[in-house]
Amino acid sequence: MSGAQLVLHQFRYTNRAFWRNPAAAFFTFAFPLLFLVIFTVLFGRSTTCVRFADGRCLERVSTSTFYVASIAAFSVITACFTNVAMSVTFARETGVLKRVRGTPMPGWTYLAGRVLHAVAVAALLVAITVAFGAAFYGATVSWRTLPAFALTLLVGAASFCALGLALTAAVPNADAAPAVVNAVILPLLFISDVFVPLREDAPRWLAALAAAFPVKHFLEAMLASFFPLPGHPTLRPGDLLVLAAWGIGGAVLAVRFFSWEPRR
Amino acid sequence: MEARGLRKSYGPVQALRGVDFTVFEGEVFALLGPNGAGKTTTVEILEGYRTRDGGEVRVLGLDPARGGRALRRRIGIVLQATGLEPYLTVAETLDYYRAAYPVPRPVEEVLELAGLGDLRDTRVGRLSGGQLRRLDVAVALVGDPELLFLDEPTTGFDPEARRGAWEVIRSLAGLGKTVLLTTHYLDEAQALADRVAVLAEGRVVAEGPPEAIGGRREAATVVRFRLPPEAPPLPAGLAPEAQATGGLVELRTEDPTRLLHDLTGWALEHGVALEALEVSRPSLEDVYLELTRQAQDPPSGDARDPAGDRGGREGR
Repeated sequence: MSGAQLVLHQFRYTNRAFWRNPAAAFFTFAFPLLFLVIFTVLFGRSTTCVRFADGRCLERVSTSTFYVASIAAFSVITACFTNVAMSVTFARETGVLKRVRGTPMPGWTYLAGRVLHAVAVAALLVAITVAFGAAFYGATVSWRTLPAFALTLLVGAASFCALGLALTAAVPNADAAPAVVNAVILPLLFISDVFVPLREDAPRWLAALAAAFPVKHFLEAMLASFFPLPGHPTLRPGDLLVLAAWGIGGAVLAVRFFSWEPRR
Repeated sequence: MEARGLRKSYGPVQALRGVDFTVFEGEVFALLGPNGAGKTTTVEILEGYRTRDGGEVRVLGLDPARGGRALRRRIGIVLQATGLEPYLTVAETLDYYRAAYPVPRPVEEVLELAGLGDLRDTRVGRLSGGQLRRLDVAVALVGDPELLFLDEPTTGFDPEARRGAWEVIRSLAGLGKTVLLTTHYLDEAQALADRVAVLAEGRVVAEGPPEAIGGRREAATVVRFRLPPEAPPLPAGLAPEAQATGGLVELRTEDPTRLLHDLTGWALEHGVALEALEVSRPSLEDVYLELTRQAQDPPSGDARDPAGDRGGREGR
């Protein structure tokens, strides 16, 4: 088999195993929707400002549609960063990676197949979130902004997968995986406006800190492609570049420090 | 496959201190040794998982440290513990690993070989320990390798599962595969291997067919029996060699056929019943325990290089 065929082969079997664990599959998909519903119930009657790094309020949108966009971004981060980091760590600690390493299967096709699967799950999650938002909260993605939306998703998904792979190198064992992964991603989600937009009087250093990491840039690019604003492009190349730079950095670290054997 | 002067240290611990052995094509070779002797380190160097600090290694004519995919296409590896995807079935698992090899074996054939025919549609997560181990072997066979590594293939098995695994390994030998297995079970080495290397403290202390290890083939045969009190004294031809311990008479001989002929002839002639008659040769276990004991505790007479010896012990 050629490399591309092996990647597809890996994708098929990763996918098959994924759906054979119905509880895991169900909660992978239910989790972001749960957040969407909870946040909308909590804050849904108000409106929220769409604002970018400069902090000006560009347009007030209903909070429920705002959450459709931000939970779509959250879905991508969960499916790519969190799930890849955890499942690859588990595969490493249970010896699956070591066994693969003892066969002529190239390491890159194994990881590429898994990443491809994570991206497919992310795309499906986003589709479900958007469909759910359209059905219950009147949120829409217009055809005009769809290319920007799709490109943003792709760059975000690829970058967060690469970062997830890089993070496995910092996880010492399977028991530590959820703790390490959540400790890395949850604070970033909170300071990057994904769950609760920062208040106007939030300290400036907090926004500056968030701007140094990729989550904030991904969210802004998602918002721009979700809410076409007069005078603002729906594609935000600056944010995508920062995101891609993080992704490339993650890929380099992953190549350098990735381990195929359990860390015991 | 050949190892010459193989050395490996983990920090201050010298795991291998010059391991030498040769495995010929088509034979089943066992690396036998107690836990911590360096068996797994040796095998993982041969498999290409570990680098060596020194020495020469050739596996199918290639250096495993640089063999890469070209070598991994031709070998099958059963590691001590490796995971499999629990949600795939047995047949799917084999199909999954098959894709990596240029000329794989048909899945059905491998299922048959490993005795997993009835379990082809069972999910891996539902297999017992013994069944999982057979699947490990099946996965290693799916690429139709020339050479198979089995690291402790039956550790932790119940007796029945062990017999099952032995059958599988024998059938591999029947296919003409070269097999390198590690084990700390003597009976396993004896039952399966054409040749054995005994590894202790990071060195090969004996190598050869199981029946000849440690000079066993040349060792004296021991004949033991109990003489009834009223029996006449043993004839002169037998008596000088006799030693009595705990009421038992023990004779040692290089020529057991003649000794037994003389002994039983004499007993019949005098109407003496030889109670508890037993003919034995030193068991592999006796030899093995002696060999590994010597390795851990070098005899003081062999102190040609006391400084070096001490250095070695500090390194442990």
